[in-house]
Amino acid sequence: MFIEKMLSSNIQSLDAAIDGIALGSAANASRRSFIKMSVGGAAGIAIVPGVALAQGSTAAAPKPGQKPTEQPAAFITIAKDGTTTILCNRMDMGQGIETALAMICAEELDADWSKVNTAFGNQRGNYVDPAMGMHLTGGSNSIKNSYTQYRELGARTRAMLIAAAAKEWKLDATALTAANGVVSGGGKRLGYGQLFDAALKESVPESVVLKDPKSFKIIGKPTSLKVSKEKATGSQKYGIDVKLPGMLTAVVLRPPVFGGKLKSMDASAALKVKGVRAVLPVDLDRGAKGVAVIADGYWPAKLGRDAIKLEWDNAGVAKADNTALLAQYRELAKTAGLQAPGDQYKADLSALANAPKKLSAEFVFPYLNHAQMEPLACTVDLKANACSVYTASQMPGVDAAAIAKATGLSPDQVNIHVQMAGGGFGRRAVPTSEYVIEATNVAKAYAATGKRAPIKVVHSREDDVKAGYYRPFTLHRAEIGYDNEGKIVAWDHKIVSQSILKGSPFEAFLVKAGVDGTTTEGMREPYSIPMQLSVHHPQINVPVLWWRSVGSTHTAFVMETLLDEIAAASNKDPVTYRMGLLADDARGKRHKETLQLAVEKSGYGKKQLASGMHWGVAMHESFESVVAFIVEAGVKDGKPVIGAVTASLHCNFCVNPRTVETQIQGSALMALATTQENHAITLKDGVVQQSNFHDFPMPRITDMPNIAVHIVPSNDPPKGVGEPGLPPFAPALANALRRATGKPLREMPFKLA
Amino acid sequence: MIRFQVNGKPASVDADPSTPLLWALRDNLDMTGTKFSCGMALCGACTVHLDGQPIRSCSTPISAVAGKNITTIEGVNADRIGKAVQDAWVVNDVAQCGYCQSGQVMSATALLKRTKKPTDAEIDAAMAGNLCRCGTYTRVRAAIKAAATAIA
Ligand code: FES
Ligand code: FES
Repeated sequence: MFIEKMLSSNIQSLDAAIDGIALGSAANASRRSFIKMSVGGAAGIAIVPGVALAQGSTAAAPKPGQKPTEQPAAFITIAKDGTTTILCNRMDMGQGIETALAMICAEELDADWSKVNTAFGNQRGNYVDPAMGMHLTGGSNSIKNSYTQYRELGARTRAMLIAAAAKEWKLDATALTAANGVVSGGGKRLGYGQLFDAALKESVPESVVLKDPKSFKIIGKPTSLKVSKEKATGSQKYGIDVKLPGMLTAVVLRPPVFGGKLKSMDASAALKVKGVRAVLPVDLDRGAKGVAVIADGYWPAKLGRDAIKLEWDNAGVAKADNTALLAQYRELAKTAGLQAPGDQYKADLSALANAPKKLSAEFVFPYLNHAQMEPLACTVDLKANACSVYTASQMPGVDAAAIAKATGLSPDQVNIHVQMAGGGFGRRAVPTSEYVIEATNVAKAYAATGKRAPIKVVHSREDDVKAGYYRPFTLHRAEIGYDNEGKIVAWDHKIVSQSILKGSPFEAFLVKAGVDGTTTEGMREPYSIPMQLSVHHPQINVPVLWWRSVGSTHTAFVMETLLDEIAAASNKDPVTYRMGLLADDARGKRHKETLQLAVEKSGYGKKQLASGMHWGVAMHESFESVVAFIVEAGVKDGKPVIGAVTASLHCNFCVNPRTVETQIQGSALMALATTQENHAITLKDGVVQQSNFHDFPMPRITDMPNIAVHIVPSNDPPKGVGEPGLPPFAPALANALRRATGKPLREMPFKLA
Repeated sequence: MIRFQVNGKPASVDADPSTPLLWALRDNLDMTGTKFSCGMALCGACTVHLDGQPIRSCSTPISAVAGKNITTIEGVNADRIGKAVQDAWVVNDVAQCGYCQSGQVMSATALLKRTKKPTDAEIDAAMAGNLCRCGTYTRVRAAIKAAATAIA
């Protein structure tokens, strides 16, 4: 939903907001270097001066084929032997986008797929999302916004290769064809590698004719990751593996309470550790002050950190505590909050008081750590007039602007080398650029001692678990009135949750009338239900962030378990009941097709389940893709037992069925984790109680259900799949378990006892 | 100076004897294929073989490996079974982000070296200590079975 909201919003404010970060202290950076460009009718914003430099133009909208995001030379290189490298304008954290974008481009390029490999672009103008105007990996946007872009890049390059061959052979371009990395015609043949240098001298065609999808050879076929072998043999490099000449490694000692400050320190023992170079106070996120230990490697840095004796100053710092939070949130949920914008949330509740049946429910969702397997790491090479940063960032444009501000450099002196990520799930897209700025501050502190070296800041798992930026702790309260047929007559709903985006550069787009859209997304839609929705956004001293599928992590659970309960209480079949709430429009049709596919493939309602096993159904749309799960589950010895799981997905046209399947399975497992014992971040007296996988446990191979994934066939423009598989899994499981026990589950992680 | 063999070649590391093998490999020997994730023997990302046995290198000090043979993800393909496992990993598209996969491959190789045709229960027992946040477990299992068939 992210992108639509951004585009439909006031673009001027993004300009201003991003100028704010970019120009804050880089006072001499030129306002002129931020140009606007027109993107297919909707406006986008280029936040980096690379755009202006590449174009050498002013604010006039460039013609098609001339925008930085349309320049083949910035995306494609073909070596003499035909090896074709296609640059990815996203960060890859396991979703396989580097392969998917290469497939899309190679299709129209008519490349030899066996000779294609992939690489990542930086944060600059060529590699921004063509709709967003910034390099951003999130919101399941990558395929949706770059599908046409990469097709055109391939088609333009193909046309330029043909034009170069036509010149060489003195033939008419129309007499030539290109296929499988070779241009041929008039009895002659030349490989792309032989033509590429000459092709780059050809002008970039303004318009190109794209293939009829019926003739696709690469797009739509199950395709292995281009880096599959690297990832199986240990040669794939991730952000944490970066090594630069003379590089040092740092770990940071952060205050146990968010925003705490270093009061006094005795670093003498730390400085005696062999390999420790410096122990320096550093400014941290949220006004905190901590200590960086800079050493020859991770282990001496860690030993040095362990040896520091210090005192913290928590004066004026609020100490969040789960017990108090729950009480506070419950109290808040008793009163109406800020009215959620949109007519769908402004129902008349007068029918509630006298409704024939009522359901009153409270749901509690904990803070959650992203727990990507690769801990955060960021390498900063800070020079007097340039800063090179190596990290797996989902928002390198925002990070580069923040680094410029923190260092006093101009944005074009900052270059972020986007690295492969060992998972991300939102944790690497931080509007405050927290971990990137922290690493920059470490580099600055070291430079202030008169020395310079590239420094890699590495988080330990404990650092990662305790650093904050969690999925917000969230409470829902629902009062529902319905009749004897299960028809909902009024639904009064309140959500209490910290806002993710208030105070961030994204506030202007996603916060409306004080209500953060990432809190309410997924409520009510697409069902026609008379709902009144209001929201409380308490301010709590715990940093929060989007976490794979964002608001839908809780809204889907609330909606899909409550509807299921009402269906059951009304003696309605849960599938039939949902179908009845769907409109006959295009959106309703997509949902019906999705649910129907899961019903057919699972054998729902036909297949006899083993005794003690029950069906659980749920469906949810997020990021414009619809996913349904039908789960077979029961309870044994107080623990859930999960049988076959069937998923169906409507993402419109599917680019790579192989990675789409893995995204849905992986999302389901991540959702399963949220239901499992102890999978929660809790705070006591301001301090996060969990630290590593023993107290923030994760599912193992023994927990993995058998998940069959089915895709609804469609030729409509593709949508994303990185997140939509997550929201409907947990409610489907909860619905099956409620049938098994008779008791609804309204708290995550599940408490079955 | 602590000496041992890595992938059949002599290695020496000048570091505190308490240094975990993981960091000696990654920082001193520039072999970054072995991954750091939990540092507490809780996730398996750092799995290597010590004289053929799978160990968690994050929790094994270099003092404990002096004079021993270490095999890492970079060298496991020298072994017929290790090679078969890596090939099966590619054919079965196991990796998503791939960060846990060095450890998965090393644990799977150790399993197949002990047990040529593991049952599901044996796969569970051997692989339950290797966490994967991306959820590749279904294909981990399939690839182990494929590798078992290939080496049979
Ligand atoms: S890093 Fe060694 S087991 Fe997790
Ligand atoms: S493939 Fe990403 S953690 Fe396993």
